[in-house]
Amino acid sequence: MFTAKPRRLTALVAATAAVAMLSACSAGSLGPSDEEGVTTLSFLVDNEASTVKTAEALAAAFSAANSDVKIDIETRPQGGEGDNIVKTRLATGDMTDIFQYNSGSLFQALNPQQNLLPLDDQSYVDALDPAFKVTVTTEGKLYGVPSGGAMGGGMLYNKRVYAELGLTVPTTWADFMANNAAIAKAGPAPVVQTYQDTWTSQVTVLADFHNVLTAQPDFAERFTANQAKFATTPAALRSFQKLQELHDAGYVNEGFASLKLEQGLKLLAEGEGVHFPMLTFTVATLAAAHPDKVADIGFFALPGDDAAGNGLTVWEPGAMYIPTTTTDARLEAAKRFLTFVASKEGCDVMAGASTPSGPFVVAGCTLPDTVPQAIKDMQPYFDGKKTSPALEFLSPVKGPALEQITVEVGSGIRPAIEGAELYDQDVEKQAQQLGLPGW
Amino acid sequence: MTTQAIPRRRRRPGGPYPLWFYLPGAVVYGVLFLAPTFASFYFSLTRWSIFDHSFIGFDNFVQFFQEPALVKGFTNTFVYAVVTSVSKVVLGFGLAVLLTSRIVARGYLRSVVFFPVLVSTIGVGLTFTVLMNPDTGLINRSLALLGVEGPGWLTDPSLALLSVAMVDVWKGVGLATLIYIAGIVSIPQEYFEAARVDGAGSMGVLRHVMIPLARPATVTVIILSLIGGLRSFDLVWAMTRGGPGFTSDVTASVIYKQYQAGFYGLSTAGNVVLFVVVTAIVVPLFWFLNRKEVER
Repeated sequence: MFTAKPRRLTALVAATAAVAMLSACSAGSLGPSDEEGVTTLSFLVDNEASTVKTAEALAAAFSAANSDVKIDIETRPQGGEGDNIVKTRLATGDMTDIFQYNSGSLFQALNPQQNLLPLDDQSYVDALDPAFKVTVTTEGKLYGVPSGGAMGGGMLYNKRVYAELGLTVPTTWADFMANNAAIAKAGPAPVVQTYQDTWTSQVTVLADFHNVLTAQPDFAERFTANQAKFATTPAALRSFQKLQELHDAGYVNEGFASLKLEQGLKLLAEGEGVHFPMLTFTVATLAAAHPDKVADIGFFALPGDDAAGNGLTVWEPGAMYIPTTTTDARLEAAKRFLTFVASKEGCDVMAGASTPSGPFVVAGCTLPDTVPQAIKDMQPYFDGKKTSPALEFLSPVKGPALEQITVEVGSGIRPAIEGAELYDQDVEKQAQQLGLPGW
Repeated sequence: MTTQAIPRRRRRPGGPYPLWFYLPGAVVYGVLFLAPTFASFYFSLTRWSIFDHSFIGFDNFVQFFQEPALVKGFTNTFVYAVVTSVSKVVLGFGLAVLLTSRIVARGYLRSVVFFPVLVSTIGVGLTFTVLMNPDTGLINRSLALLGVEGPGWLTDPSLALLSVAMVDVWKGVGLATLIYIAGIVSIPQEYFEAARVDGAGSMGVLRHVMIPLARPATVTVIILSLIGGLRSFDLVWAMTRGGPGFTSDVTASVIYKQYQAGFYGLSTAGNVVLFVVVTAIVVPLFWFLNRKEVER
């Protein structure tokens, strides 16, 4: 007994020491390393192909100019699962040195005051577009740097079919429906919908928000304060009604319930479908899959009822953030990296890595001439200042069931008014979870 | 002292080992099962996030039952559980009778019937999603050859849930069959011989010998498939994600969506409701079915 105990203890100490040495080695290679003064930063991005490609290109370009910093990319899932990973890692202090995440309402849910590092003192802050700054600012402090270009929501359309039928880009919903009637007569499906990817069903409603704001400039504030509802605000209800009208008029492509986004883009590229209510980040997908057809595809804002108020609903880019757990040499390197991302060089690297979804929000950055036509079609709306941010950037209240509701409205399962009422109930849970006043 | 104490404990009725042998098991069970269960009862009364929580009483439950998707999901869960467990009993028994009779390639057929049970549920779900595609799927293509226009199995709101239930039956019937085969094989041959001596035909044997004496197997199949059906999630999620819209949502998928949306308190309340409902259905059913067996 007595002789065995010390021996076991020795073995235990030896084992612990071995483990400690091993872990010390691996920790050293992750954290600030003293080998030749190279600092290694970890950088978490979502696993969407173009996001990863952009992150890798930025990391490579930055390391080429700054040989003392190396950046390791980590990926996470997109959507709700990714949200939980980001929140959990922040809450447990286990976040990477830099991470990419949404701006707007999802950013607000990260508890930025506690978890993120304010960047107001950085040199590039003045060059950022004010509309973007709002989406990464809370309680007067700015926390993020744009991780790409802005994105538009509206109609992708087939210009070749438009030319063949002699149609012009509509600026009112009535003109749009008239175009649809002419297209239906000629043969192709006027509007493409792809409900197998449920999120695509919401675009008609979400992209209509510029029109809602034109009619009701204070809708977002009143919506956040629980004073305005989709079902009882005529301009907002109109967004749901438009979706229903498309279905009721029989303008939607056959098999819409079982198609996926890529199949919808194919229909559009080949002219079998002519309009596709969509976000412009999909233009990159379309350009990759149908390089010979991408020149045929144009873009216009979702038409409202009044031609004078015609304008584009814009999604601000996601952002890169530094958590408070990043310190010392890694913090300094992380700040340098974000300065690079928010510069003209950074924009050029991003534009070269993947097709931008729209204009950059950093002053001095321009889109290269090689971007697809549909992206170029967005520029006039920006130049004419005829843009509004999407609702999710003006209000933290966004119901998670919208995509199921819009599938039902767009498939004729549920009428528009009931869909809007159901959505009003859905957002109530979100507002209560966030602890907003007035709910 | 000790040498006297141990034999005395060993003579205790109920088992040869002292009670504290249960302790390690009880600790594991308590920490990994009981504590989270009771914690979830408390958290179902709060609105919580990873960072903090606030007590709100029964609001979560009230909200959960006001959720239109949930009411639909609740009825769907029962439809799904009943449809799958009845089909499994009927088909499983039929197949078991077939596979215990003297037929060609019996061993091979038994493995064929059991095979779907071994395949991953998600894999089955994704495969059938492709097969059931209304335009390009194998099922509707085959129907088209016969001149029948197949429906949108997973996209037609009135069919989606039943299509998923059908796949569940395809996947789960092998296990039901296996249980029934064991049940039928364990019936003593004397009963069959006696029935034949009394002049019973095959139908008579089936009705008066096999069905009543395979009752324990029936109880097991019903309980297992009902529990499985009530908490079904993976197949529904892989095939329709509750869609189109909310038409094939079941309780578990509604709970999952609430959790995914960050409504942690609400989804905890949903889990408590599911726990209570499953218990309230299965415990009396189990008791009822087993009691009948003893009394008979």
